[in-house]
Amino acid sequence: MSEAAAPLLKVEGLKVHFPIRKGVLQRQVGAVKAVDGVDFTLGRGETLSLVGESGCGKSTTGLALMGLVKATEGSVSFDGQTVGSFHGATLRNYRKRMQIVFQDPFSSLNPRQRVRDIIRAPLDIHNVGTMAERKERVSELMARVGLRPDQADNFAHQFSGGQRQRIGIARALALKPDIIVCDEPVSALDVSVQAQILNLLADLQRDLGVSYLFISHDLGVVEHISHQVAVMYLGKIVELAPKAAIFASPTHPYSELLMKSAPSLDPRNRHTFEARNDDIPSATNKPSGCPFHTRCPLATDECKRIEPALTARADGRLVACHHR
Amino acid sequence: MTAQIHNQDRAPVLAVEGLNVRIASENGPFAVVSDMSLSVAAGETVCIVGESGCGKSMTALALLRLLPEAASVAAGRIEIDGQDFLAMGQHQVEDYRGEKIAMIFQEPLTALNPVLTIGEQIAEGVRQHRKVGKKEAWARAVEVLKLVQMPDPTRRATQYPHELSGGMRQRAMIALALACEPRIIVADEPTTALDVTIQAQILGLIKDLQTRLGTAQVLITHDLGVVAEVADRVIVMYAGRKVEEASVYELFDNPIHPYTRGLMGAIPRGQSADRLTDIAGTVPPLWNLPKGCAFAPRCPGASARCREERPPFEEKSPGHFAACWEHDNV
Repeated sequence: MSEAAAPLLKVEGLKVHFPIRKGVLQRQVGAVKAVDGVDFTLGRGETLSLVGESGCGKSTTGLALMGLVKATEGSVSFDGQTVGSFHGATLRNYRKRMQIVFQDPFSSLNPRQRVRDIIRAPLDIHNVGTMAERKERVSELMARVGLRPDQADNFAHQFSGGQRQRIGIARALALKPDIIVCDEPVSALDVSVQAQILNLLADLQRDLGVSYLFISHDLGVVEHISHQVAVMYLGKIVELAPKAAIFASPTHPYSELLMKSAPSLDPRNRHTFEARNDDIPSATNKPSGCPFHTRCPLATDECKRIEPALTARADGRLVACHHR
Repeated sequence: MTAQIHNQDRAPVLAVEGLNVRIASENGPFAVVSDMSLSVAAGETVCIVGESGCGKSMTALALLRLLPEAASVAAGRIEIDGQDFLAMGQHQVEDYRGEKIAMIFQEPLTALNPVLTIGEQIAEGVRQHRKVGKKEAWARAVEVLKLVQMPDPTRRATQYPHELSGGMRQRAMIALALACEPRIIVADEPTTALDVTIQAQILGLIKDLQTRLGTAQVLITHDLGVVAEVADRVIVMYAGRKVEEASVYELFDNPIHPYTRGLMGAIPRGQSADRLTDIAGTVPPLWNLPKGCAFAPRCPGASARCREERPPFEEKSPGHFAACWEHDNV
């Protein structure tokens, strides 16, 4: 973790609100606060995971950083420069240095394109190299992600899920990005194939020094791949800490609940899960104060009224809780 | 091979012997489930674990005689409470479904009827099996919703599936399955579509209900974590066949089959310095299985024999079965 060097990516107060419109005049009657004030930094060669359950805003955060959804508020700086001020060439350059791998390898690749065209597309768009160089780069990338270069003329549907995810990774690598946003890159894959892809991602980071913003709901995967972990709940980061610290002693009650809910993988050490049912709030209907107070065993009156800020604890981790 | 592991002290409620399921395709029929045998006693949970296309869901559907049109049972026996389920006529099968054996599907949103309220759907099932009036059936619906700890069951019974959250929908589906107190529950990936905190609640509920009602359970999953939490016995499937079967403790302590070992090594457990032991390659298509052991092309210990001859499913140590020629050398 590079404390001294300026972070590669710095996100401050990021908000993404989607308006809810109603009636013939389509008046805005509310907003889905998908991302509601998120701050974090990502260092070079580092993996930061955003972990949380459906609707916590982890994917929207990734999409907003890629410019694939429009941020409502907040500032993002990349390599010391504010992204909001980027235009023309600088914006194109930023897009080159930040790439994304999507969750579903079946819908994120064009079934009518040959693999070589899919992987070459970013090179074409950004006009990198001559045609011969691009062709060479495609072969190199295919070999790099474990595909046979002689499969370059095949169509995406001729590949299995794991191989398609390799194609998606090769496409993301084409422009030698500094950061790859990995949005649930292994959750559609079987466990044996998932391990292949996780190993590939680790190799690429070691060899190329690329940073990952890794978005996942799977705690096992997150614990395996991350350096830093940010736990998100209803559009906010509730805890951010180095991987070892957060898994050894989750501080926020929601982090704790998440860890306790993950199956044990040890039949002699089973969890006692409660059959109790929580009424779980959504981003359209966020509770007042601390968003977790409706499910929190520690909640007091203060939690219902005042939203806790994400502040540092003695060991350096950041937690948003009045009681921990 | 029709090797069976019987629970000594309890007679099985569900017994399957040599089940073969075939799918008709343009290029002729191919087997999706071969030589499947299993038995489940009251109060026992047997997990069938495997990856996409291993035949676990087809096995589940066959157990309820709910196979899709293109698929059919080519051979084998399914006994429920000692009765031959496959020999029964449509009428009797419908009597058995719900009353004796019921299913919990993965995706409650597609399994529940969107135009009927939760209460109507449960009451309909009750009236099909029991000679009760509408009022009584409705009361039973509310009662089972209470049993699955649905919050505010009287009101929820009047709501439609889309008005409920994912976790509540799964509770409604479990209620539907339990309404007529079946002896056997078959659950196909019951928590896969759910978030982890909701999964924990539903697993807690399933365990709790089993202790109270003593149902025999067959739980189909791809997740070894879920297996570790709920199983008594585990069957590992690969390419349509059983490759290993043992008690849950034995399976996690001493996995025999290289595929089972591969699966366990492939699960990330947090030591980021370690590489995951992936399993090279991918699952072969069921219509084009290799000769010999189906796992041989991906197996680190495969010998010439493995590529020629299919290994029998046999008892390797007391109560621990596997299909492997080379397990001593892997």
